[in-house]
Amino acid sequence: MALSINDTQEELIEEFGLFDDWADKYEYLIDLGKKLPGLSDEFKTEENVIKGCQSRVWLHAFMQDGKLIFQADSEAVIVKGLISMLIRVLSGHSPADIMKADLYFIDRIGMSQHLAQTRSNGLLSMVKQMKNYALAYSSQA
Amino acid sequence: MASIEQIRKDFPVLDQQVNGSPLIYFDNAATTQKPKLVLDALNKYYSEDNANIHRGIHALAERATAAFELTRKKIQLFLHAASSDQIIFTSGTTASINLVAQTFGRANFEAGDKILVSNLEHHSNIVPWQMIALEKGAEVLVIPVLDSGVLDLDAYQKLLQENTVKLVAVNHVSNAIGTINPIQEMIALAHAHGAKILIDGAQSVAHMEMDVQRFDMDFFAFSAHKLFGPTGVGVLYGKRDLLESMPPYQGGGEMIKEVSFTGTTYNELPYKFEAGTPNIADVIAFSASFDYLNSLEKGWVEEQENALLSYATEQLSQIEGLKIIGTAPNKIAVISFLIEGTHPQDIGVLLDKFGIAIRTGHHCAQPLMQRFDIPGTCRASFSFYNTKEEIDRFVACLKRVVTMLL
Repeated sequence: MALSINDTQEELIEEFGLFDDWADKYEYLIDLGKKLPGLSDEFKTEENVIKGCQSRVWLHAFMQDGKLIFQADSEAVIVKGLISMLIRVLSGHSPADIMKADLYFIDRIGMSQHLAQTRSNGLLSMVKQMKNYALAYSSQA
Repeated sequence: MASIEQIRKDFPVLDQQVNGSPLIYFDNAATTQKPKLVLDALNKYYSEDNANIHRGIHALAERATAAFELTRKKIQLFLHAASSDQIIFTSGTTASINLVAQTFGRANFEAGDKILVSNLEHHSNIVPWQMIALEKGAEVLVIPVLDSGVLDLDAYQKLLQENTVKLVAVNHVSNAIGTINPIQEMIALAHAHGAKILIDGAQSVAHMEMDVQRFDMDFFAFSAHKLFGPTGVGVLYGKRDLLESMPPYQGGGEMIKEVSFTGTTYNELPYKFEAGTPNIADVIAFSASFDYLNSLEKGWVEEQENALLSYATEQLSQIEGLKIIGTAPNKIAVISFLIEGTHPQDIGVLLDKFGIAIRTGHHCAQPLMQRFDIPGTCRASFSFYNTKEEIDRFVACLKRVVTMLL
């Protein structure tokens, strides 16, 4: 049985709890970004680009056995790290669960500043786009 | 002459911690910080003089009107304009350019006319021309930029050759990469081919002396907030015959002489272009920017900024994989750069964690980024209140950031 959305959030909070200062936290985030497999060029299309980001971010979504799967890529590695966490939390769950997910881990790991509009790194847009996919696929689930 | 420590104390915002480190503000091309003199003037106006201007006959209205018009006078002196009624207040450089596009452009552009902009322009000196060109069937052509970030003057001359160019719109200084354009030469060339020319001075006013008459400028636009003044105030200078021949821009109060339902007549310069209650408080506070700048030793600002530019260029060049975008021989204190294997946004996010403010992205100059085939740059832009010690810490933190990212 896969972890629930909230189980994964708790896991991330615990992992980030190990770091005392911001530099360690960001090094971990950068590491997550580097490890994210990314997307092949065929999915780096204009339709998959998430608007509102300073760097380009591509999000690809598809249904598999009633679960919504996300794959993503970005030119900026911190953004990639952020989206890698979102994928870990949300990907592989039913559209209904994704739609109602409360992503409290972002604040708890001290990354809520990235949700601010002014950051223009698009974390907010990523979350919105993932929920939009969930909404679109919910009728097919 | 005051020491740099004393000068820094004149700018209250500089004295603060950001993310646990002393703030290093290297985003001066986006907006400059404000001296206490400006802040006090803003506070004094609202505390003591607040009134609507020009029509009131009471004491407060007279004081406010006098202070408002005094700023206009100081701008005239700053630009070496012939008269203060050629100084029009707008909300910013963007508004000044749009004003010219929508009045001069609307009255003069015809189908087949050419408008020249350069590849170095900020979007606000591109889009207003595209909009009016579309409406009038005119065409916007581009003065290309060389690899060094210098404009291609040979190409410029060729574009002018057929005498079909109505207007040239170029910046004095590139916001994205700091190139100082040879505007004196460009103005002379435009005039030789019967074209008018608008100079976008947003990025130059804080760094060098201006003389609209000596340079024979037709139009000059800039913003107060990039000259140590408040946001929301812009200036348009124009030659008198041009301004007089242009139709009004927005209709409303202040810009009229007489209004009736059978016909309305318009006010004289500069009020013809200043419909509605202007940004009184910020215009009045802007006056203090000139007082502050005049209190500095003549030539010191340029000297200090040139020293910062060459020191930062030298220090940054020692970072492996760092490439400076824009290496024109004449530059203001702006350095745009990329570091191999990193994205500008990552650099910006991490430098902010060290309390260092730089700008990352396309700098509202997407065509220039396309020209260099880059997604954007990191841009550090300096002002006279910055120091070599700040550059040292910036370079040290940048090295640390690169290690984290690679």
